[in-house]
Amino acid sequence: MDIVFKALADESRRQLLDKLHAHSGLTLSQLCEDLAMTRQAVTKHLRILEDANLVVSQKQGRNKLHYLNPVPIQQIAERWIDKFERSQLRLLTDLKKQLEGEADEK
Amino acid sequence: MKNKFVYAIYIRTTQQKLWDALIKPEFTKQYWCNSHQESNWTQGSPWKIVLPDGTTTDMGEIIEIDPPKKLVLKWQNEWRPELKAEGPSRATIFLEPVGDTIKLTVTHEIEKDDSKFLGAVSNGWPAILSSLKSLLETGESHEHTRKTPTRDKCIV
Repeated sequence: MDIVFKALADESRRQLLDKLHAHSGLTLSQLCEDLAMTRQAVTKHLRILEDANLVVSQKQGRNKLHYLNPVPIQQIAERWIDKFERSQLRLLTDLKKQLEGEADEK
Repeated sequence: MKNKFVYAIYIRTTQQKLWDALIKPEFTKQYWCNSHQESNWTQGSPWKIVLPDGTTTDMGEIIEIDPPKKLVLKWQNEWRPELKAEGPSRATIFLEPVGDTIKLTVTHEIEKDDSKFLGAVSNGWPAILSSLKSLLETGESHEHTRKTPTRDKCIV
């Protein structure tokens, strides 16, 4: 689980995950678009995200497409969120979303 | 465009045990919302997910099967009209040994942009897969994945 937290503990890597969350299945070039990162930096971050199983890549023809894999994040949630808290937490996050609009929290 | 999701998890088990856990009712009932699948598990045969009361939530067909390695399903929701309206999706389940674990990859895709069905399964798969991992590694699945879903409140 350390490897997942380490992978998440970086703004640039979270930015890449956000991008894959918005658009599933991007190539390296598409991931690099509009980012203030070099291609080499994106490649390095992607490797860390793939090692943590937060990103899965699949070949499609000549392209390698990247997908956000939410399963490790689910495993973190399962570890600490008690079964009785689940519905209350859902209510709270729904309330927060409603009050703040759909905008992501910073 | 957002019409394909990929989920991957590494489970400390054997490929055969994982395969059995994916298709046998005594396993799926413990981590897949108390449901089981009905099929004779040959290429071209019908396939469906059934709840304890006999409700069919999803149905389709076995497109390809290569035990204990690969299963490709034509998969259509039958339970919620707005999801059924989107037509069939395609799910690929792939097992491969990686080190002392088995990597399980689930790919779910549909020929439709911004699919509500894929949105629904994207809540379901991570919960189901992490519960399956707990079941195989510790003998106990996650409690919330053992409950029978209702139409308006289900994790898949």
